[in-house]
Amino acid sequence: MTAVLQAHELGRRYGRRWALRDCTIEIPAGHVVGLVGPNGAGKTTLLKMAAGQLAPTSGSITVLGGLPAAGPAQLAKVGFVAQDTPVYAGLSVADHLRLGARLNPGWDAALARDRIAALGLDPAHKAGRLSGGQRAQLALTLGLAKRPEVLILDEPVASLDPLARREFLQGLMEAVVEHELSVLLSSHLVADLERTCDYLVVLVDSRVRVAGEADRLLSTHHRLTGPRRDPDRLPADQEIVSARHTERQSTFIVRTESPIHDPAWTVSRLSLEDLVLAYMEMPAEPRRAVLEVQR
Amino acid sequence: MIWLTWRQFRGAAAMMGAILLVLAAVLAITGPGLAAEYSAGVASCTGEGGDCARFFDRFFEDNQASFLLVTVVGLVLPALTGLFWGAPLITRELEAGTHLLVWNQSITRARWLAVKLAVIGLAAVAAAGLGSLVVTWWSGPLDSSAAPGFALMDPLVFGARGIVPMGYAAFAFMLGVTVGMLLRRTLTAMAVTLAVFAALQILVPLLARPHLQAPVTSAFQLSQENIDVFGLPRDGSSPRVALENAIPGHTGAWVLSSELVDPSGRPMSSDDAGTIVPISATSGPCAPPSVAAPGEGGMGACLAEVNRLGYRQQAIYHPFTRFWTFQAIETGAYALLTLGLTGFCFWWIRRRLS
Repeated sequence: MTAVLQAHELGRRYGRRWALRDCTIEIPAGHVVGLVGPNGAGKTTLLKMAAGQLAPTSGSITVLGGLPAAGPAQLAKVGFVAQDTPVYAGLSVADHLRLGARLNPGWDAALARDRIAALGLDPAHKAGRLSGGQRAQLALTLGLAKRPEVLILDEPVASLDPLARREFLQGLMEAVVEHELSVLLSSHLVADLERTCDYLVVLVDSRVRVAGEADRLLSTHHRLTGPRRDPDRLPADQEIVSARHTERQSTFIVRTESPIHDPAWTVSRLSLEDLVLAYMEMPAEPRRAVLEVQR
Repeated sequence: MIWLTWRQFRGAAAMMGAILLVLAAVLAITGPGLAAEYSAGVASCTGEGGDCARFFDRFFEDNQASFLLVTVVGLVLPALTGLFWGAPLITRELEAGTHLLVWNQSITRARWLAVKLAVIGLAAVAAAGLGSLVVTWWSGPLDSSAAPGFALMDPLVFGARGIVPMGYAAFAFMLGVTVGMLLRRTLTAMAVTLAVFAALQILVPLLARPHLQAPVTSAFQLSQENIDVFGLPRDGSSPRVALENAIPGHTGAWVLSSELVDPSGRPMSSDDAGTIVPISATSGPCAPPSVAAPGEGGMGACLAEVNRLGYRQQAIYHPFTRFWTFQAIETGAYALLTLGLTGFCFWWIRRRLS
């Protein structure tokens, strides 16, 4: 199965600032991928490049094996719901469905109609007067009804209240199950992703910090608590993600494939949120010497 | 895509349609009366001996205000399409973020742009063409009686007649689109579009249009046709001549320069009141009536004397016969500019805009 997204040393520069650099990543198909990171980390840049809205400055990117937005066929395979879920304020809900039907050969009119009906949206309503949640649902409907193989959503729930947020994600998950599509979803809130995603990419400071299946990430990361210890004295196969020290105690979050046998440590599992936060706090060059300075 | 373009454009199209309808209605109501007055006037003056100059003067002066108004409408109409159709075409999408929606449907941006430009650009050209048609038709009688400076070839009127407004409209529209793409802000794009278009409309007639063909340089005898004021002071000083921007025998010519030259061909210095012709006014044909011998003197005789001595109007001009040639050349030039901008837009939307 081809990768849903494959990037090689991908970079994008705005003026002199790199919004994303050296991004090398391969995301297998069939996942709901959560792209997480603080604001300004480059999530939107990466997703826009995947959708073909933005051209890379350096490196290469392919989505489902094709160059993003290379032609109508590639565009048809990739759905994209942009940040703040833009819709045409002057057009009605029905107009939007008509737009989708006219511009997409694979348009699923029944799906669009049913979804709009299920959401209780009035087709004659102007899109500009919809609430944020309804607008997001309309944009999602457009994205789903074109029947893409992968759906890219950029912070779709950022501006929604908790209830609308849950409804949106629920609707998305139902569609994923029903239509077997891959999803790339970005958010700066891990809680949103925890419920929906089975694959995680953490992006900080325009670089990919960690990527992998959520279960696998959770099973290979551990929190070690014990008497104070210098990071240098940890086994070589334990990669330190974060380290905290008090007078007598050290707390490490480490990534390792092998079990931890050292009896001095109390080992505990991490939640996805802990894991993401640990990577977000990690300095740019995750080497032990740097951690020394931090103390 | 045509459906979407039309759905987004129909409001603006209806607005332009209404403007054109009002313009056409007003002109259709007033036009026949104007034409009737003109033909009646011409019939009566040709019956009286063929000198229609005085009727033309009066007729044009009576209708000058509406003539100018209609001409200005003809000039402004193409600029409006650039301002209100061209500039917001892309910026509105960028500002609302809807380009992210529409550029992810299963059609390429190049095709999206092509349909938009074709539909709205052709509408702009058609609107300008219709506007120019009614304006040109309505102004027909006035254009044939226009005072010097307001003739068809003169810069103010030239751009509001014939086919050249269609070239302006196409260019203004694409200029608006291009500026909008580069600046990404509707209001700034509109302001810049207006400034650039207005600057071109001023600079082209001043700097480029006179050189579309080599102008004719020629000397003419002084006569009623090319003299604005011929002053014969009663105190016996030399007569004064102020020239009109007109060429004898070439009604409607576009006069680039016109000056009085002395018998050796040198230009003579002049002030606001005209040029003093240094010939004797103490005796001979140009002497005041009190001095002159009976049967001599008076304006006509003095003028004949001035001409006999070799004073001439030296003029550089484009004859009226070049009107359609100039219209074609200028329309073609604007069409080329429009194509250039269109090519640039396609390149930019693929390479840079995102």
